[in-house]
This record gives sequence, structure tokens and C-alpha cells, in this order.
Amino acid sequence: MLEAAITGSRRYWIWVSFLLVVIAIGFNSWMREVHLGSGLMTGLSRDVTWGLHVGQLTFFVGVAASAVMVTMPYYLLNYKEFGKIAIMGEFLAVPAVLISMLSVFAIMGQPTRIWNVLLYPTPHSIIFWDLIVLNVYLILNIICGWTVLGAERKGTPPPAWIKPFIILAIIWAPLIHMVTAFIFAGLPGREHWMTSLQAAHFLATAFAAGPSLLIILSLIVRKVSRFDPGSTAIQTLARIAVCALGVHIFFIGLEFFTAFYSRIPGHMHSLQYLYVGLEGHTELVPLMWTSSILAAAAFVLLAVPATRKNEKTLAAAALAVFFSIWIDKGFCFVVSGFIPNHFERITAYWPALNEFFVAAGCWGVGFLVLTILYKIVISVRESSVQGEH
Amino acid sequence: MSMRRRDFLKLAGFTALAGIGGSVLTGGNGKGRLEAAQAAPGKVTPSGKRLAMVIDMSRLKSESDVKKITDACHRIHNVPYFDNPKNEIKWIWTETFEHAFPGQKHKFLPEGFKSKPFFVLCNHCENPSCVRVCPTQTMFKRADGVVVHDPHRCIGCKYCMAACPYGAISYNLNDPRHAKNLQDYVNPGFPTRAIGVVEKCTFCVERLAKGLKPACAEASNGAIIFGDANDPSSEIGKLLASRFTIRRRPELGEEPNVYYII
Ligand code: SF4
Ligand code: SF4
Repeated sequence: MLEAAITGSRRYWIWVSFLLVVIAIGFNSWMREVHLGSGLMTGLSRDVTWGLHVGQLTFFVGVAASAVMVTMPYYLLNYKEFGKIAIMGEFLAVPAVLISMLSVFAIMGQPTRIWNVLLYPTPHSIIFWDLIVLNVYLILNIICGWTVLGAERKGTPPPAWIKPFIILAIIWAPLIHMVTAFIFAGLPGREHWMTSLQAAHFLATAFAAGPSLLIILSLIVRKVSRFDPGSTAIQTLARIAVCALGVHIFFIGLEFFTAFYSRIPGHMHSLQYLYVGLEGHTELVPLMWTSSILAAAAFVLLAVPATRKNEKTLAAAALAVFFSIWIDKGFCFVVSGFIPNHFERITAYWPALNEFFVAAGCWGVGFLVLTILYKIVISVRESSVQGEH
Repeated sequence: MSMRRRDFLKLAGFTALAGIGGSVLTGGNGKGRLEAAQAAPGKVTPSGKRLAMVIDMSRLKSESDVKKITDACHRIHNVPYFDNPKNEIKWIWTETFEHAFPGQKHKFLPEGFKSKPFFVLCNHCENPSCVRVCPTQTMFKRADGVVVHDPHRCIGCKYCMAACPYGAISYNLNDPRHAKNLQDYVNPGFPTRAIGVVEKCTFCVERLAKGLKPACAEASNGAIIFGDANDPSSEIGKLLASRFTIRRRPELGEEPNVYYII
């Protein structure tokens, strides 16, 4: 099936070349960061030690986990409309996990020592578990997606042995995001992160952002190829996204209640910093309001049937959900956990240009893998579409 | 001064751990593994010792008394100096009362108290979250309670920094060996560190191994008292039993081992 990836139109090759250039720039920027030091090449500091890359990890693990929103209805609940889109979910999970793993790798001060995590397995460290669950999930999705697609190409039903793997992947998906939430939710003294709601909130944002991305991808696939994932499937995705988005907005409200009714400073500080500014520091306020407005607008567009059914407004809403959650969880959430620091001092953080390049490189790898996998799916599907006629 | 065999072994262990003359494998070495395995997080120190520190700031009268102490530590440990506070490496430093104990500040504090400096450093917690989260056991708690790190094993993930609620850990964002102060003077008896790893106060384990006090305590003229808090007959044991002391953020359950006489 891989041969489909090396045959393509001019447009395909221009896109692939573009991604390769982005990856090269990202890699070069990362080498500069490793060698020249993050003091020079990033906006990080002694107080804000995690920034953009850890945000990317958090966000894309969510996207990866959200594959379960199509695989579970299709494989477990027998929802036939997702027949064409299930594989797209699985094959979106693969690059999303890759972006997450690359992003976490990019923060290491001594990347060549990464093997120490395996040489000295440490069950009491959540990062150790995160590494394990992410790798297992990556492998599960590759196996499941590839086998199911291979069977489809031959026109046979998927082999029986794959079923347990599919079920395991479905169970595993929420797990990867819970473990990622536990990286943050168990740290004493980081009140903004340390809430038992964290894992649930992560899942809600994931199930809003992931299906939204899948909607966008489906619309693109439908445009560039003859393969159509189906309007009903896309509408169902939109319904899932709006429910999850509603839960996310509800959870934000809960956070505000706990912080501002209790009036415990540690719980209020990060929220104040994010939404109104703290002690004159308002660096993230415009971003957070952008995120909130996008979320509110998307919620309305997705909840009202007329705008949900119109594909133009649907696409706009899906983009709004994606960026709203990207800003919130993929950036502000991580940074604000460090502000103020343990001495109640504020050190602001803004990513340096080099960090954006590194992040772009990670995205580049993700999009390249996504393009290749989707290209294969499309070519298999197009040939079966031709077969039908 | 004759050195007992056990002390020599302890020193040899530390120097190997720190990589002086020992193996400089990226993966650390056998000694580090052994030490790391001795203490699981959350356990009471197996030796029954609880090395701790009492700091009496009222005995430090001038800024130069304070500076003498931080300099003593930073000089013998080759702590790099960078101008930009964002890149700072610090093992022991001062914060004013309202920043060292933010939960304790209030409007009616005596004049001058808010801005009174207090030494802050790693608390060598009984229940250290830095040790709990470290994915490589680079941070570990020794049998005597000291929390140390192996700069040769650290992958630089900075998880420990997110987890320590005392801001005690620094990260080498820049190459420490390029710091200006280390161009002028390097203590040959202590390793310099690489870029991309964390570091913090070690209660001077290399000095403890020789039977010496931590450098800060030695330079403090009696303002910093160090010893085994579990031993009621020790100086620190008596002091803790007779004077009222406070700790930073005790409500978090880390059980910090640095006590302050106010
Ligand atoms: S003060 Fe911080 S670095 Fe030191 S032992 Fe406690 S948690 Fe670890
Ligand atoms: S930065 Fe080093 S010491 Fe800290 S948690 Fe990571 S590996 Fe452990």
C-alpha cells in the first residue's frame, strides 16, 4: 500500500516538499537550541521552565486520544456511518502522537540521554508512564489502521485477530490523556494544575478539538479527492464536538467558582493572570480572551442546526474550536501554571522565534505522516469507489 | 587529619557519583544506582538520621554577613553567575520575608519585617516531590535524608522544577562553563556541570563525607545550625526543642527540613 505515497500529482509533491523544508528548518533550530542553550534560543527561564513545547505535547496527546470518538462508535457501538471515517481517526492519532513525542523530546536539555528513562525505569514518575502509554498507543493505531485498510483493499472483512487490538486501542485512548493530565495534576504547590478535574477537563477539550480537526480534514479530503467520508458522519462529529465543547466551557466555570468563591489566593492567581492580568502583567490576557470568544462563537455555530448543517459555517466553527483549545491548552495552560512563581513573583514567558521554528518542525513531521497515511487511505478508497461504478 | 575508611569510601562514592575521576558515562554509574535504590520516596530515611538546618536570620546583621554565606557556597560549588535573572543558577540566596513566606505576610507586620531577607535553599524534604517525579532517579534521597542529584544522569526534562514547591532547583539554560566567574576561578575539588541539566543545594555532601559542616553553616558565625534533627542531644535537636521555628509551606506535606527562627 505504501507505493501510493510515492506516486502523486504535482500538487502533492509541492506540499510534501514544503513540509520537508519546514522539518529541516525545525531540526536546525532544535540543534541550535541544544547547542547554544535555551537561555539564548528560547523564552524560558528559571521560573517558567516549560513553555510552548510542553503545551504542544498536551494538546496533541488530546488530538490523538480523540480517535476514540470515531473508533468506539464504529467498532463497539456498531455505528455504520463512521465506517469511512474510523480509519481517518486512527491515522490522525498516529501523527498526533508523533508530534507529542517530538515536542517532549524537544524540551530535553540532554536529549542523547533519553534512554536513561528506560535504563532506570521509575514507576513513581508520571513522565515514565507517559512515555510508555504514548508508545503503546502509537503502535496500536498503526497496527489497527494498517490491517483494517489492508483488508479493505482486498475487499475482505478485517481479520478476527485484530478485534482485541482495536478494543485495546479504544480503552487505551483516554488513558494516554489521563496520564498526560497526571503530569500536571499531582504537583504540590501548583494550584492551577492541581485539580482532580484536570484529567476530565483534558478529555473534554480533546474530544472537542480532535473531532473538529477531523471535520476540517474530512472537508479537505472531499475537496482534493473523490473519496467522501460522508455528510452524516461529519454531522455526527460536529455533534460530538459541540457536546465536548460545552463540557469544557462548563468546567472552566467550575474552576472559576472554586477559585473565586473560596478566594484562596493560590487558586485565583493563575486565573487572574490569564483573564485580567496580575500585578500589571497582562501578557496572556488577549490570547485567553481570543480563546474564550472563539469557543463561545463556535459553540453557538455548532449548536444551532442551520449553521451546523451549512458546511461553510461548520468549517469556520471547527477551525474556531481547534484554535480556541490550542491557545488554551496548547499554550496558556502550561505557562500560567508557573505564574506567579513560588515566591509570588512574576516572570513572564513568550516563546522565542526559534521555539516557533522547532514547534513548526514537529508539526511538519506530523503533517507529513498524516499526508502519507491519508494519501494511502484515499488511494485505496478511490479504487473501491471506481470498483463500485 | 586521618580519615576513617568509611568516610573515605563515602567521599569516593560521592566523587564517583559526581564524575570526578569516576566514570563519566552519560548513564551515571553503579554508585548512583545503588544510592538511588536505597531510599524510595515517601519513606522515612532508613538510617534514622534526619539532617536538617535551622536558620536564625536575626544573627546576621549586615548585608556582607549574608553575602559571605552565599559566596562561600557558590564559590566552592562552581555555581555559574549570569546577569540575567531569567538564567540564574542559585543554590542559596535570600528572599524578603513576604516572598519567602508569602502565606504569612499581612498588613500589620512590624516595620521593616516584610523586606527582611531570609535565606532560601533546598529543604531536603522528607517527602520530596522532586524525587517522586524524576523519570531517571537522578534526584534521590540518601539514607541520611539529603536530597541529591546526579548531573551525569539528568536528561534535563525539568519535571523536578515543576514539582518542587520551593523553587529550589536551577536549570542550566546556558553553558555554565562559559560563565564569567568560572573563567576567573574554578574549585578543582568540585565538578562543573554541563548545559541542560538541573542543580541545587546538596547540603554539601562532599563536605559531610569529610566530617565538615556545610559551607554556609561554617561561614555563618552560628546563624545557621546544621545537624541530625532526630538526635535530641545534638545542637540542632536541642535548638528545635527549645525555640519556636517555622518552615516554608508546611501544609504541602513535603516535610521540609530547613527551619527558621523568626
Ligand atoms: S526543596 Fe524542592 S528540590 Fe529540595 S528536596 Fe524539597 S522538593 Fe526537592
Ligand atoms: S531535569 Fe533531571 S533531575 Fe529533574 S526530573 Fe528531569 S531528569 Fe530528573
